[in-house]
Amino acid sequence: MKHNVKDRRGFLREIYIKYGIWIILLFMIVLMSCLTDTFFTTRNLLNLVRQVSFIAIIGFGSAYIMICGGLDLSPGSVVAVTSVVSCSFATGNYPTSVAILIGLLIGVVVGTVNGLLVTALRVPPFIATLGTMTSCNGIAMLYSDGNSIKGLTDSYKYWGAGKIMGIPISIIIMLVLAVIMFVVLVYTPFGRHIVAVGDNIQAAKISGIKTERIILLVYIIGGVLASIASILMSGRIASGQPLLGDGYEMDAISAAVVGGVSLKGGVGSMGGVICGALIIGIINNGMDLLGVSSYWQQIVKGIIIVLAIVLDQLKQRSE
Amino acid sequence: MMKDYILEMNHIKKAFADVLVLDDVSLKIKKGSVHALLGENGAGKSTLMKILMGIYKLDSGEILFKNQVFHNSSINIVLEKGISMIYQEINPLSNMKVAENIFLGREPKFKLGILNYKKMYADTQKLFDQLGITQLKPQEIMGNLTVAQMQLVEIVKAVSYHSELIIMDEPTSSLTENECRHLFKIINQLKHEGVSFIFISHKLEEIFEVSDEITILRDGQWIGNYSISELDKNSIIEMMVGRKVRQLYPKVSSLPGEVAIRVEDLSVSNLFQKISFEARYGEIVGFAGLVGAGRSEVMETVFGYRKKTDGKIFVCGKEVKIKSPADAVRQRVAFLTEDRKRTGLFLALSSLDNMFMPSLKKHCSGLFLKYKQMQREYAVFQRQFKIKTASFKQPTAKLSGGNQQKILVSRWLLTEPDIIILDEPTKGIDIGAKSDIYQCIASLAEKGKCIIMISSEMPEILGMSNRIYVMHEGRMTGELSRDKATQENILKMATGLEEELN
Repeated sequence: MKHNVKDRRGFLREIYIKYGIWIILLFMIVLMSCLTDTFFTTRNLLNLVRQVSFIAIIGFGSAYIMICGGLDLSPGSVVAVTSVVSCSFATGNYPTSVAILIGLLIGVVVGTVNGLLVTALRVPPFIATLGTMTSCNGIAMLYSDGNSIKGLTDSYKYWGAGKIMGIPISIIIMLVLAVIMFVVLVYTPFGRHIVAVGDNIQAAKISGIKTERIILLVYIIGGVLASIASILMSGRIASGQPLLGDGYEMDAISAAVVGGVSLKGGVGSMGGVICGALIIGIINNGMDLLGVSSYWQQIVKGIIIVLAIVLDQLKQRSE
Repeated sequence: MMKDYILEMNHIKKAFADVLVLDDVSLKIKKGSVHALLGENGAGKSTLMKILMGIYKLDSGEILFKNQVFHNSSINIVLEKGISMIYQEINPLSNMKVAENIFLGREPKFKLGILNYKKMYADTQKLFDQLGITQLKPQEIMGNLTVAQMQLVEIVKAVSYHSELIIMDEPTSSLTENECRHLFKIINQLKHEGVSFIFISHKLEEIFEVSDEITILRDGQWIGNYSISELDKNSIIEMMVGRKVRQLYPKVSSLPGEVAIRVEDLSVSNLFQKISFEARYGEIVGFAGLVGAGRSEVMETVFGYRKKTDGKIFVCGKEVKIKSPADAVRQRVAFLTEDRKRTGLFLALSSLDNMFMPSLKKHCSGLFLKYKQMQREYAVFQRQFKIKTASFKQPTAKLSGGNQQKILVSRWLLTEPDIIILDEPTKGIDIGAKSDIYQCIASLAEKGKCIIMISSEMPEILGMSNRIYVMHEGRMTGELSRDKATQENILKMATGLEEELN
């Protein structure tokens, strides 16, 4: 009998360790559905998940970088630069493909700068990406003169605003990216090398892994994902905005951390990032619906992020 | 009669989850004696010590310290009562001074809580004088000390607590011969002042040198308590392993073949100068020397982990450019590093990940990894090397040192190397695992692999190598064939007293 109880407790703990944040997410969905009539409607949920898809797409990149032992503060500013530059090519003067490619190129460039600063010049990631973040925010304002860029072509807006079979394209893109990012991380040598570099960079180097190349590539991936999110967001609001990405780096890092990505590197999953992004999305959306002021929203968001880490620490200690 | 013992741990039982790790274990320490606690990794030595220090609670049994029931509710209380433990891996506050490390948490203060540094330095100096330590200053920054000196500081700290019982967990694993001598001298001195020691070590030679009594554990069971004079090396090993170890160092029957690797005048400024050596296929070449002689640095440079300032490397007679470990792996060189945790393992990752990390690209079909095949190969190595893991998913942080080392050896074998560099391959692992690794090294040599082995353990290097190079302070000071090598002439070359180069 005693044995049985112990077993069941072990079983519950295992479930908690494996699905802890998903349980929290479920709890939040049930709670919001009970508190408001408007939350659990197709309309609101699609709207919510579309909003979340932007955070998640950027979050995948942040997660890769963190799993690799780094940190990226620049995605919000990459969103801003991509938005104004890409949109300035999307007002009918160039084909949409050119506008999108130029947008993605910005992600590649900023990611490369971040990666080279960290690898070749050995600047700590926090400082390196703080620098690019600050500069890129300036570049976005300079390029757009602080104004929004309007008059985008329909084919450009389609990516951010369009739907396929009633589902917003950005959600589909998020899911496709999640699958790709998951498969790459778990089922390719490149992905395992990312995890190895994040866990122990010296051991990775001795194992013959080209650590600097891995780190560089991871920052580039992070930049490109921020650019993808930016193109989708710009399409959604039908304009290029120099302040579009404001705060998104923090939401992305929070989503990754709440989703179980370790700041120490070596640990994390893409499903966790989606879950983390959903939790953050529900906090934003749910409190909007409840009429909670945005000041309070920030306070609650901060508490929940710290709480997620506290729970994670308790979990690790109990192991 | 009872007064003889300073510590008695009687009939200790302890289980984790449902696994019994200590089953009716007893340990009795006589006052003013050095008591060696022996057993393979996983035998329960550390658990027993952690119970004594109050880190784990015992399930049943009793602890008597100075004939009184010992309540060890927290480490601080244990320290206050006079028991100190010096851990294998010391984690000092490296940016603070020696004196601050010793008096951490009980710094002498003026009124108002302001620190009295003058008194702290003076008290520290007094302790140094008492122990005859002349090479240390209280004001020195901890991070600048050698491992041996840090250990001395830990001992001083124990003395400053007026400890009557000091536990040392593998204190000599990173020390040179000379440093060991000095450590033993201080242990002896304290012993005569009535301090008792529990001494945990895998090096049998020093057990005979330093200890008075021995307690042996195996698989959580108490095997026996003996006076050192009753035992010899073989009987100890038998009792630890539970079977007869016929030959610790296996003989390699095959003859060396062609030159596999030749290094000419390799230099890295400030570290080592003009190092030349060669090693043949089917040969085990030993690198002897004191810790800090530059042997690891030479091998790191050969492997491309460090940048050379000068010199040439030939593999199979052809000069090769090795600029990174990736290049070395491509030349079929493998390098098992000395510090498992720092440069070897991915502690948070699974045993499977750890084993296959350098050879992932060989286990792909197209872009994707073939996990099924990897699991099969994992099982083969697991059987061959007797690797004990709960599953291939288990993070390596939770494995014993011996199992970790076997995973790292498997890792490098999976890259199918021709030249295998081993840096202290048996450091800190138990006799059973050691024997397995020696068998593996010998069979690799027999299969025609070229083995280069750095080792600071004399019996190991003498027992295993065909040829021995000796280094001293960044220079090559000798080359000896197996029949000419003795402990004495190696030591003379390693300390720079004598040089002999072909």
